[in-house]
Amino acid sequence: MYFLKRLAFAVPLLLVISALAFVLVRLAPGGPFDRDRAPASPEIENNLKTKYHLDEPVWKQYGRYLGDLAHGDFGVSLKYRNHNVNDIIAQGLPVSMSLGVLAFGFAMAGGLTVGFITAARRGRWADYTGSFLAMLVVCVPGFVLAPLLILIFAVKLQWLPVALWDSPWHMILPVIALGLYFAGKVARLTREGMLNAMQSEFVTAARAKGLAENKLLFKHAFRIAVLPVVSYSGPMLADLLTGSFIVENIFQIPGIGVFLVNSSLNRDYTVVVGLALLYAVLLVGLNLVVDFAYTLLDPRVKYE
Amino acid sequence: MTLSKRARRFFSRARFCFLNCGVLLVCLLPSGCARHEPPADITIINAAEPESLDPAIITGQPELRAVQGLFEGLTRLDPKTARPIPGLAERWEISPDGLVYTFHLRTNLVWSTGKPITADDLVYSWIRALNPATASDYAGQLFYLKNAGDFNAGKIRDPALVGVRAMDKCTVRAELNHPTAFFLDLCAFPTLYVVPRQTIEKYGDRWLMVRPLPSSGPYELAAWRLNDKIRLKKNHRYWDATNTQSEIIDLLPVGSPITSLNLYENGQADIVWDKDLVPVELLDVLLKRPDFHTFNYLGTYFIRLNVTHKPFDDPRVRRALALAIDKNRIVKKITKAGEQPASHLVPDGTANYTSPAGLDYNQELARKLLAEAGYPGGKGFPRFNYIFNAAAGGAAKMHENVAIELQQMWRDTLGIEMELRQMEWKVYLGAQSHLDYDSSRSSWIGDYNDPQTFLGMFTSDDGNNRTGWKNKNYDALIREANEQPDLSARAKIFQSAETLLVHDEAPIIPLFFYVGINYFDTNKIQGIYPNILDSHPLQSIRKIKPQK
Amino acid sequence: MNDEKVDSSKLIVDGTAVGEAAVDSQLSTINSQLAWQRFKKNRPAVLSAWFLVALLLAIVAWPLLLKTTGGSFAHIHNPNQLSDAQFLPPGAQHWFGTDVHGRDVFSRVLFGAQVSLLVGVVGTLVSLVIGVLWGAVAGYAGGRVDGFLMRTVDVLYSLPSIIFVIVLITTLGELLKHSHLVANSPALAKQIRVMLLFVGLGAISWLTMARIVRGQVLTLRTRAFVEASRVLGARPWRILARHIIPNIFGVVITYLALTMPAIILYESFLSFLGLGVEPPMASWGTLIAEGVGQINPIRVYWWLIVFPGGVLVTTLLALNFLGDGLRDAWDVKSK
Repeated sequence: MYFLKRLAFAVPLLLVISALAFVLVRLAPGGPFDRDRAPASPEIENNLKTKYHLDEPVWKQYGRYLGDLAHGDFGVSLKYRNHNVNDIIAQGLPVSMSLGVLAFGFAMAGGLTVGFITAARRGRWADYTGSFLAMLVVCVPGFVLAPLLILIFAVKLQWLPVALWDSPWHMILPVIALGLYFAGKVARLTREGMLNAMQSEFVTAARAKGLAENKLLFKHAFRIAVLPVVSYSGPMLADLLTGSFIVENIFQIPGIGVFLVNSSLNRDYTVVVGLALLYAVLLVGLNLVVDFAYTLLDPRVKYE
Repeated sequence: MTLSKRARRFFSRARFCFLNCGVLLVCLLPSGCARHEPPADITIINAAEPESLDPAIITGQPELRAVQGLFEGLTRLDPKTARPIPGLAERWEISPDGLVYTFHLRTNLVWSTGKPITADDLVYSWIRALNPATASDYAGQLFYLKNAGDFNAGKIRDPALVGVRAMDKCTVRAELNHPTAFFLDLCAFPTLYVVPRQTIEKYGDRWLMVRPLPSSGPYELAAWRLNDKIRLKKNHRYWDATNTQSEIIDLLPVGSPITSLNLYENGQADIVWDKDLVPVELLDVLLKRPDFHTFNYLGTYFIRLNVTHKPFDDPRVRRALALAIDKNRIVKKITKAGEQPASHLVPDGTANYTSPAGLDYNQELARKLLAEAGYPGGKGFPRFNYIFNAAAGGAAKMHENVAIELQQMWRDTLGIEMELRQMEWKVYLGAQSHLDYDSSRSSWIGDYNDPQTFLGMFTSDDGNNRTGWKNKNYDALIREANEQPDLSARAKIFQSAETLLVHDEAPIIPLFFYVGINYFDTNKIQGIYPNILDSHPLQSIRKIKPQK
Repeated sequence: MNDEKVDSSKLIVDGTAVGEAAVDSQLSTINSQLAWQRFKKNRPAVLSAWFLVALLLAIVAWPLLLKTTGGSFAHIHNPNQLSDAQFLPPGAQHWFGTDVHGRDVFSRVLFGAQVSLLVGVVGTLVSLVIGVLWGAVAGYAGGRVDGFLMRTVDVLYSLPSIIFVIVLITTLGELLKHSHLVANSPALAKQIRVMLLFVGLGAISWLTMARIVRGQVLTLRTRAFVEASRVLGARPWRILARHIIPNIFGVVITYLALTMPAIILYESFLSFLGLGVEPPMASWGTLIAEGVGQINPIRVYWWLIVFPGGVLVTTLLALNFLGDGLRDAWDVKSK
């Protein structure tokens, strides 16, 4: 019931977001058809505006947009005039999603492992190195990390391709470049969660009952420790699945992340609004999933 | 103790799920992502993703290079000289007054789908480019035709009044407003290409998504994936198909110079052909290599001064600013690709023309002029801004670097203080066209090989003027030149106009002429020739087996 | 989205709920003394704090040093002085080498630190003010006000921040440019552009803060000492100021130390896009964006990326360690 209510709330939320994005991007100075060379006559620009209905008042444009949206049509890109936004999403989203899912897997596998080890070995060198590395990868900007990875593994060692998106080999470096930051975050969350869990009452109780320390760590503490990771994974997945401008840009990956940034810079109105909606849908959906997972994992949490 | 059974069950299920997903991923990855496409014969890095492949609406170089392979006009450009040679038309006659062109199409022309290409198709294509509903940015390329401008503006509704007509199945007659020296060059420009009428009328704006797409050029469109690649395969029905050298060509949309260089060095690309795809930081090393090729290019980098803002309304001030710039330092220290410092606007090597001398580096004269204008030693000169666009995504920061040098030169020589205003691209364009700046970084790449493409834009009413400079003499000279059928007399008139522009009045300050840069290994790739338009028709490019 | 339960439970699990300990203001003083003692035992955090202090001193002292010494030393190390000495590797004269214009990289890194840290501090403060007020009002007022405020946060959360930043920086910049104040003074226009960057970055970073603060306030609101003062007739503002804000101090300070690195990183991302501070002014972001071009297969001017990048990463590390230390210190549960 609660989740149904949240789903119902998602509709006005999406409406507000589309309206906001629609108006915001039109507020920015310059338009989609401004170029470094002016057309030969002012009429040419008018023809463009008429064709794409930019000469109408904004509320009318928005009404038209909603009408198209009701038919599942996100409109035509104003920069890539042969493509509509549906094409762009259909071509880019699967690529960004596979990259995102792989990076998510990498972040989870790496982060949970490191987090678990550092917590289990608290105060020893494995903890210090692990924690430091986790902190370090959170602090290195992606646009520094990615070129460094390329320089070392693709250019100098020649183990992997430098860019493009063709074979599984092409995916390794972008997945690492994208996932490492989140792996660091997950490791830190897991470590904290573990340490908290090990002090919690029920673990103390279990320890008092004489459970072996390893079993304690794995069976009991770990389950509570992943709770913050679970709640973090909603927004994390939304970020990962909608692609990363930096990684897609540097590795020349035909995903949707590049569009998310470039469409704003290009004032490609329809693409901006379409992608904002896509992002919001993913975020809302994933948060729902996360909260649902939460109720399963932690019975203390109840939604009414 | 507090963990319920539910959670435990979830966990065992989750573990199972994870396992499944893992197995699934491992199985899916190689099959889902390795594409079963044959490798291309030649892979070319073609700069930014083309906005469109519709000849009527494209405006940029990357688009032009791709579209040149797909469609053709009455003429095409010679791969060596970039001068117009017969294309779909095998010959033509020009009336003595230069106003009427009669083109004779080849008789064996067919679309890649097998249907014949006729004179009606050509007339349709030109009228379509002019049609307001097509909303073509470059419709202006057709305004030399009689009544074309009025038809595009909606003042004339009847396309029959526009100066182009099919006389029979293979003859086209074009009627111009003025004798236009470069009209044959224009016929090789994409806006004037022949496009498939039936496909367009059936599918509207999405006609390029149709497969097979009827094409009139040497290649067919096999695949087009945004930000991924454009794949072209040979059109065996093209009239000159025997001379098409390669079967499959891939065009990769890569915008970053470092990525381009990496791909090239790793053997993932054969040719990189855009001057913006060469890392400026490495030019001194790269240009010494035999696989890096530079050539003169029809483009100029210059500064616009806003003459509606004080003190730039005074020609002495503008000339002083021009004289105080050490253009040699800029090309030696910053751009470094062998650019020539520019004292005039029209690049050397432009057809039918030699530019007059402009203003050279002269600090003494600069200070003197500034003093005459009432600002001795820069005293009382207001702070002013210099706008330039930000290079996004880590591309070469050339504009910024040039700006920093200018700031220092004007400060040192004239004692005046300039503010740098870095702007996001669209904001920069807006500021320039609304004259909302003091001085502005600018550049111009010629649309066709003629001085008109450079000098025409500083007439009073041209949308590209963007300086606020209006000069009746200049307007008259340009008009006179364009009505003059004799080429050398025409060149003389253009010269007096350019002297007015860059020497006497100086609303603009030319800095340097661009050079084009390509990189490819001449032992592997042949058929790319340096020319001033940076035009390299795809059909003549071929890969040769390395000789041992 | 109703995040109330999620947020508060998250916080309990995180162990950052501090409210339980502070039963009244006296106890909270004792608590902060204890926290301070715990903090001093945390070696990485203390070390980080010292590093940051040293960095701040260097940032302040270096321009003063240049001013007082004058002469050729100041000339060589002027961060904006162009010279023919392009791309010199690090040496006795230029400790961090020189860049494409022959400018001293050491000086540019220190002057860039001013901008980056200022962006971090001001952006964080903006996010703090908006976030704490928004969250506290929402949590305390409850009902419709709460619903409206938190739905706004939800909407902004779901909007890709890059759209917001671009629009904010460009639109406000245009608006302000045409005001009289700015039109008469180009120097002021420049300052305003930087301020816009600060505000823009702060304006997209306050959302999480608002949610956390609201969650805290919700739990505090029902606590006995707050109830008591309400029954005794204290006004809502007084209760907020006396009881609630002091009690969420620990969470807020911790969160601040973690927001600042995020804002500094975001600024460097904007610089990478060419939307950051204007040249010749530099931030660490613009310096790194310049240096990234040097990571290539042919030749590496390593000092252009290693020094700015190294200083940025070290600072971010220090801020994170400091944040961790503060949180651990104020965290009652990990006692």
